[in-house]
Amino acid sequence: MTTDATTRVTTGKVRPHPTQNEALLFEKSSPGKCAYKLPPLDVPAVDAKSLLGEAHRAQSAQLPELSEIEIIRHFTRLSTWNYAIDLGMYPLGSCTMKYNPRVNEFVSRIEGLAEAHPYRPDSLAQGILEVIDLLQRCLIEITGMDAITLQPAAGAHGEFTGIQLVRAWHESQGNARKKILIPDSAHGTNPATAAVCGYTVENLKSNAEGGIDLEALTRQVDEETAALMLTNPSTIGVFESQIAKIADILHAKGALLYMDGANMNALVGKARPGDFGVDVMHLNLHKTFSTPHGGGGPGSGPVACKAFLEPFLPIPVLVRNADAPKCADAQTWESQDADAAAGGCPPLFRAPFFDSATGERAGDDDPLPLHTPGDAPLHWEYNRPQSIGRVRAFYGNTGMFIRALAYILANGPDGLRQTTEDAVLNANYIRHKLQDIYELPYKTGSMHEVVFSDKRQAALGVKTGDIAKRLIDYGFHPYTVSFPMIVHGALMIEPTESEPLEELDLFIAAMRSIAKEVEETPELVRTAPHSTRVSRLDEVQAARKPILRWRPTKE
Amino acid sequence: MRYLPKSPDERRQMLADIGAASIDSLFEVIPVEYRLDRDLDIPRQQAESEIIDYFRAAADKNATGYASFLGAGAYRHYRPVIIDSLVQRGEFLTSYTPYQAEITQGTLQAIFEFQTMIAELTGMDVANASMYDGSTGAAEAIMMATRITGRHKSVVAATVHPEYREVMATYAKHQGLPSALVGYNRATGHIDLAALEAAVTDETAAILVQSPNFFGVIEDIPAIAAIAHAKGALLIVSIAEAVSLGVVRPPTEADIVSMEAQSFGVALSYGGPFCGVIATKEKYVRQIPGRLVGQTVDGNGNRGFVLTIATREQHIRREKATSNICTNQALVALMATIFLSVYGKEGIRELAEHNLAKADYTAKTLSAAPGAKRLFTGAPGFNEFVLQTDEAPAAWSKRLLDEKIVGGIELSRWYPELKNATLWCATEIITRKQIDTAAKVLAAAPVET
Repeated sequence: MTTDATTRVTTGKVRPHPTQNEALLFEKSSPGKCAYKLPPLDVPAVDAKSLLGEAHRAQSAQLPELSEIEIIRHFTRLSTWNYAIDLGMYPLGSCTMKYNPRVNEFVSRIEGLAEAHPYRPDSLAQGILEVIDLLQRCLIEITGMDAITLQPAAGAHGEFTGIQLVRAWHESQGNARKKILIPDSAHGTNPATAAVCGYTVENLKSNAEGGIDLEALTRQVDEETAALMLTNPSTIGVFESQIAKIADILHAKGALLYMDGANMNALVGKARPGDFGVDVMHLNLHKTFSTPHGGGGPGSGPVACKAFLEPFLPIPVLVRNADAPKCADAQTWESQDADAAAGGCPPLFRAPFFDSATGERAGDDDPLPLHTPGDAPLHWEYNRPQSIGRVRAFYGNTGMFIRALAYILANGPDGLRQTTEDAVLNANYIRHKLQDIYELPYKTGSMHEVVFSDKRQAALGVKTGDIAKRLIDYGFHPYTVSFPMIVHGALMIEPTESEPLEELDLFIAAMRSIAKEVEETPELVRTAPHSTRVSRLDEVQAARKPILRWRPTKE
Repeated sequence: MRYLPKSPDERRQMLADIGAASIDSLFEVIPVEYRLDRDLDIPRQQAESEIIDYFRAAADKNATGYASFLGAGAYRHYRPVIIDSLVQRGEFLTSYTPYQAEITQGTLQAIFEFQTMIAELTGMDVANASMYDGSTGAAEAIMMATRITGRHKSVVAATVHPEYREVMATYAKHQGLPSALVGYNRATGHIDLAALEAAVTDETAAILVQSPNFFGVIEDIPAIAAIAHAKGALLIVSIAEAVSLGVVRPPTEADIVSMEAQSFGVALSYGGPFCGVIATKEKYVRQIPGRLVGQTVDGNGNRGFVLTIATREQHIRREKATSNICTNQALVALMATIFLSVYGKEGIRELAEHNLAKADYTAKTLSAAPGAKRLFTGAPGFNEFVLQTDEAPAAWSKRLLDEKIVGGIELSRWYPELKNATLWCATEIITRKQIDTAAKVLAAAPVET
C-alpha cells in the first residue's frame, strides 16, 4: 500500500529517490577549518581590544567552522529537500507560482547595477533611475492608474502604504474616518494591515456567489468608512462583475476602493483596475511579474494610485528635473561621448512606441532606449509636504525592479496578454476536468484560479489538508489549503500560465486518482505523504515547547 | 512567447475540451466596457540579448569602477562567490514560503541555522526568520515593545539612521505611539545620556538606539539599558552594520535587537533587497513579529523543522496579529547564512578587525589633511567616522569624482547643525592607495588669495 523504500514503484510522475542526510552546520563544525582567506592588510593593523575598550567582544560568536566544499555540499543537500517551480507544478492559489526567468537573475547581477550604493550621487545613478522610471511607467500603463511608488518591500507592506495614502487623503478632507470594510474572503494581511494603520476592521459578508453583497455594502458604508479592501478577481478566482457599482456605492459616501492586486495575473493586458473604479492598489512583483519567491521573499509590493492620491506618496518620489538642460546628445542611436557624471546621456536611442490612433508601432527595429530623446535627468524628490513619509529606508527592493522589468520586456504587450490568457485557460481546464469529482461551491466562471471544496471527500473522513499532502506523493506541491475561509475545506488551485498541457494532465490524473483512493483506501491519504524525507511533523510540540535555535549539547 | 509552454494547437484543444468558443469567452465575466481592446502601451517584446544590452547600457550609464567611501546603512563587503552559486539553485530560488514542511525541509533547516547564527551574534536567545529591512524592523520592534509593556511611548536616539527614524514615524503615526527624540553629545557623538534619563518615564515602552550609531560611534549599551530598565522600559538596539558584531561586544543587555543583515554577503543593489531581522529574549518570543522556524520530530522520530507559533501571524489572527508581515526576505537571509558559514567563528572576527584597521587608517589619514578634522573622537567606533572640513564638501566631492572616488556623504541633509561634516565608511574592500588618493585630493583645497 505505502511506498516501500526498497521498491521503485512509480506513483503519478514520481519514483522514489534517495536524499542524503545532512546535519546542522554547527554539528559539522571543527575548530581550525575555514572557508575564507582575507587579502593581506595593507594598512597598519590595530589592537582591537585597546581601540574598543569596554566595547570589545571578548567571546566570539559560536559560528560554524567549515571548509568550502562542506558548505557547498551542505546547502546543495538541503536544496534537494525542497520542492520548487523548477521541479514541477506548484499550484498554490493566490501565490502565482510562475516560471522565474533566468535572464532576470542575470541582469540583476550586472555589476553596475548590483554594486550601486543607494547614496551615490544621482548623477552616477542615472542608469538605475532610468530602469526604475521605465518600470514605473509600464506598471502605470498595466494598471491604468496615474502614479506609483515602488518603495514597499512586499504585498502586505504595499497594503500598509496604500491604506496610509487613503488615510492621508481623508485627513486632508478633514476626517481620517474610522473603519475599513473587508470581505470575509480576504487575505489575512488585509485586516492585519487595517489594524496597523489605526483603523477598525468591519467584516463584509460575501453573497451566495462568493462576491460582494451590494445590499450589505450599501448598508455598511457610511461617513466613517475609509475604504473597502477588495481582491479582484476575488480569492475564489471570480471577477467582481459589479465592480463599478461597488466603486459608486463607496464613492457616494466619500469612501475609497482599495484593490489587493494579488490576483493581477488574471487581468494583465485584458483589463485595468484604473478603468473600473479602483482608487489605489498594490501589485506583487513576486507573483504577477515573475520575481522569485525565494522560499518566502524578497518580494516587492508597488502601490499604484489615482492622481488625487499622488501628493501623499511616500518620499522620495522619482522625478525628471524640469529645469535641467535637456539631453541634446540623445538624438541618434550612435554612442555619444557624453559625460555621464556631468548629467549627459551616453548611448541613447529612439523609443519604440505604439500609436493607438493608427494602431501602428514605430521603432520596433530599434533597440530599447534608456529614455526618450529630450528627457531631462532623473532625481529623487524629497520635498513633498503632503507625503505620508517614508515606508522603508532607501528606495525599495531595487533588485526586484530589475527582474520585473526584464520580465515585462521579455513579454511585451502581446506576451503579457497571452500570459494572462494561458493562466485563465489552465485554471478553467483544471476546473472542467475535476468538477465531476470535487465539489465546486461557486459556479461563477473562474479566472486564473479555481476553488473546490472537500465536501464529498470529507464525508469519507478525508480533508483538504490530507488530499494536499497526498499530492506530494504524486510529484506536485499542494494547492492552497483551507483558504479562502468562506469555502469550507477549500482546495484553492492556481496553475499559472507556466504549466504545459502534459503537466496539467498529470496533475488532473493525480487529483482523480486521489479521489479514488479516498473512496477505496482513505487511510493512505490521511497518512500521506509517504515518499518524503520526513513524514508529517509534530507541529503541536513545536509550538508548545519551541526550539528556535541550535544549542550545543552539554557534555 | 518563449516562457509559455503551449502550442497553438494545444490551446485550441484545451478550449474545445472546456467547451469554450474562444479564449475571449473566458473573459466575458469582465463587463465589456472594462475589457482592454488594445495593446498595452509598453515596449515591444525583446529578445534575451536585447534585454541584456538594455541593462548593460543602464549599468554603464550608472558609472562603474568608482571607489566608494559610502556607508550610512548600506555597506560594501566582499561577497564570496559561492553565495550566488547556491542561492541560484532553483530549489531555493523558486520555492515558496515553507508552509508544506515535508517538501521544504531545505529552506526550513537553513532558516533555523540563520536564526541560530543571528542569536549567537547578537547575544539574544532567539531570532526570527527575517524582516523586510533594518528600518521596518526597527518600527516593528517598537510595536513589539508596546505589546510587551502595555505602554505606548518610545524614546529614540537622534543618532539612529535618519531614514529608519522616518520609517518608525510613519508606522507610529496612526497607532497612537508617540515618540520623543533624544539628541547627542557634541563631543563624543554618543546619545546624550542625561537627556535620555530625563526623557524616559513610567510610560515609556522602549528606548531605541543604534550601535554603532549613525556617526559610527559605539553606544554605551549597559548604561542605556540601566536607564531603560530602571523605569520598566525595554531597550531596543538597532544594528545597521552587522559585521561590527565580529569584534564589537553584542548588546546583551538589550531586550530586543533589530538588525540589518545586509553586510553579510548581500549586494548593495541600490538599497534593496536587504534583510532585517529581530532577535529577542526567550520570554518575549510570543510577541515577535514575522515567521519563526522551530525544531520538532516526525512520526518516525526524525528531526524536522516547521514554521511555528503561527498564532501570532496575520493568516491566523488577522487584525489581531502581531504584524501584517507575510512575505519576508528569505532568500536574502539564506545569503547571510552562507556568508556566515564561509567566514565562520574566526573569519567574522578577522573581517571585522580588517574593517576596524581600514577605518582607523582612513580617519587618521584624512583628518591629517589641512582644514580637515575628525568629529566625535572621545568614543570608539567601528568602520565609520565623521570628518569636518573647512572646505565645502560639494567642492572636494567634485575633485574626488574626477579621481573616480565617491567620498563621504554630507550630514547636513539630516543634521543641519553639522556644517561641512561628512560620514565616511571604510570596509575591507577599500585599498590604502584609494585612501591615500582621497587624502591628497582633500588636502588640495584651492588656496584663497
